[in-house]
Amino acid sequence: MAIFKHTINKQTQEEQYSTITSTNRLLDVNLKELIAYKDLIRMYVKRNIVTFYKQTILGPLWFIIQPILTTVMFMFVFGNLAGISTDGIPGPLFYFAGIIIWNYFADCLNATSGTFTTNQNVFGKVYFPRLVVPIAVTISNLVKFFIQLAIFLIIYIVYAIQGIGIAPNIYILLFPLLIIMAAGLALGFGIIFSSMTTKYRDLTFLLQFGVQLWMYATPVIYPLSTMPADKQWIFQLNPMTSIIETFKYAAIGNGVFSWGWLGYSFAFMIVLLLVGIVIFNKVEKSFMDTV
Amino acid sequence: MATAIKIENVSKQYRLGVISTGTLSHDLNRWWATKIMRKEDPYLKIGDTNDRSTKGKSEYVWALKDINMEIEQGDVVGIIGKNGAGKSTLLKLLSRVTKPTTGTIKYRGRIASLLEVGTGFHPEMTGRENIYMNGAIMGMTRAEITRKLDEIIDFSGCERYIDTPVKRYSSGMTVRLGFAIAAHLDPEILVVDEVLAVGDAEFQKKAIGKMQDVSKGEGRTVLFVSHNMGSIRQLCKNGVLLEKGMINFSGDINSVVTKYVSTHKSNLSEDLSLWKKREGNGRVKFQRVYVTDKEGKELETVLTGSDIVFNFDVYAKDNCEIDLGFSFFTTDDVMISNLYSSFQHRTFKIKEGRHTISCLVKDFAFSTSELFVRGVINADKELSDWPSCHLTKINIEQGNFYGSGVLSPSTNIFLFKGDWSIK
Repeated sequence: MAIFKHTINKQTQEEQYSTITSTNRLLDVNLKELIAYKDLIRMYVKRNIVTFYKQTILGPLWFIIQPILTTVMFMFVFGNLAGISTDGIPGPLFYFAGIIIWNYFADCLNATSGTFTTNQNVFGKVYFPRLVVPIAVTISNLVKFFIQLAIFLIIYIVYAIQGIGIAPNIYILLFPLLIIMAAGLALGFGIIFSSMTTKYRDLTFLLQFGVQLWMYATPVIYPLSTMPADKQWIFQLNPMTSIIETFKYAAIGNGVFSWGWLGYSFAFMIVLLLVGIVIFNKVEKSFMDTV
Repeated sequence: MATAIKIENVSKQYRLGVISTGTLSHDLNRWWATKIMRKEDPYLKIGDTNDRSTKGKSEYVWALKDINMEIEQGDVVGIIGKNGAGKSTLLKLLSRVTKPTTGTIKYRGRIASLLEVGTGFHPEMTGRENIYMNGAIMGMTRAEITRKLDEIIDFSGCERYIDTPVKRYSSGMTVRLGFAIAAHLDPEILVVDEVLAVGDAEFQKKAIGKMQDVSKGEGRTVLFVSHNMGSIRQLCKNGVLLEKGMINFSGDINSVVTKYVSTHKSNLSEDLSLWKKREGNGRVKFQRVYVTDKEGKELETVLTGSDIVFNFDVYAKDNCEIDLGFSFFTTDDVMISNLYSSFQHRTFKIKEGRHTISCLVKDFAFSTSELFVRGVINADKELSDWPSCHLTKINIEQGNFYGSGVLSPSTNIFLFKGDWSIK
């Protein structure tokens, strides 16, 4: 009886072994493990937010100042000097709507793309699922985004009271999806870039001005409708286009909305995320040797 | 007992030099060979063994090569070896910081690494916040940490500073806090790499005690890397001696330390009898100087607190009475002490020919990592031989000087002990 019990024990023990190996399976994502580390994700989110404004005087106010100043700048440069149309929408409302979504995307992308290089001290000493860090970044940026969104709402209400004739339509229900898509795209691009930059630092430079240029290829400072109808599809190939356009369409009734292109962006995000996670997983196991 | 860790054919290859332009072509080459041609990775075949001091032919090097071992649950294993022997690489593989180039490691339970304590401490956050952060990094849940928070703070001895940002902490306090977290992590396997060097003696004792509790009382497995033979001997049951990325020897800790100490040869090996620059009339000359243990086994590394014998082979041209002296120099060429046989009213009447004069030094108390020995011979009260070179070099590792296992802070160059009393 005792022997029998022993063999059972041994069997269950055999199953408990974890393995570290040299070989990689393609989709080796241990989602269970990631969930086990959810407290760490929370800690990272908290840390990102708290340390952002430690030893600053204005603190979280910087979250608001930044998009307001950008909006003022855009109104002056693109609205007044360049005379780019906002389709009859008041400048602040139009620019602010684009800026907060774009900023969320760009901030996430910039921050996640440096995941390996900025965290090599920690990564070099302890193991935890590396995906925790970029995921925490996208979540902590969400806090900033919602603060900015509140400002947008205030501007929105002020204009609505003045009787500009803006009202959200039913598509505003898509809003959570839009945010998930922006987050997914930023995360996807970010982890791909962060995986590549461990070996090839050139990409860091590419990304820095690439994100700036990308904004001009996205309808942030101009409405897509001002583009010739037969050329619009080129802009729609950019997965960020339909996200911003849909948001503007749903919130201020100005923008090009199409289920097709929104679906395209969504599919783009899913594929990008999958590819990103595969690459990220491959790199995370050995990046310390090349970083 | 059950096996806690099983390491099978593990090797780790590193690329030397600056990783730059060659990388892309190597990557493409490797990709072409493995994915398209379905052949072996061309860069795995080449690679030198891991010898730090020699110039290699290949730019790839095997930091670890074909490591096989099994570690039983509850065992405390000391891993020793020279710098660059692959100790830290092995720990890095175990703690999953990087993956092996070939082979597999199987383990049971949670591995916590103390590769450097205080990992992930954010300077702007308070000690308390960092306990949560660090605990989470090591895989603890928030509830677990909360449950152990008081214990951790108490163990670290940093209670007064716990709500102060960590950037205001001294390095010792950071280590204390880091170790306190890791020690309360309750991992099944604890990996420790030279952490005890930073704390003060009180903390070292606490840390060693905790590590012993962890292994003995709770049946956890500990892997411990250190250059400190004293603490290795005290803590570990078994040991593994790594050399050039391969296992040189493994077994119970005393035999491994002995093996390490006796094979750890320094590079000072010039033939003293041929040395030209020496003062004196040359009636009696040094031929060879070496250090042994009491049984006469030659040592290049000595432990503080041990009894060692300095042996001087001399050659005399004629009969005379000699007084022999030797002195210790630090690596900065500062003389710290000397001893002549005449200090103790000893002289040696010798005849023509070869002789070995030995001097037993009990409770060796010098604690610098290296000492150089110079010597002088007076024959019939006249200077006979005074070579300008170092006669030999001895490497010193911390041993059990106090007899209690407590280590002396590494800043001490000379150790002493006393009899304590109270009235």
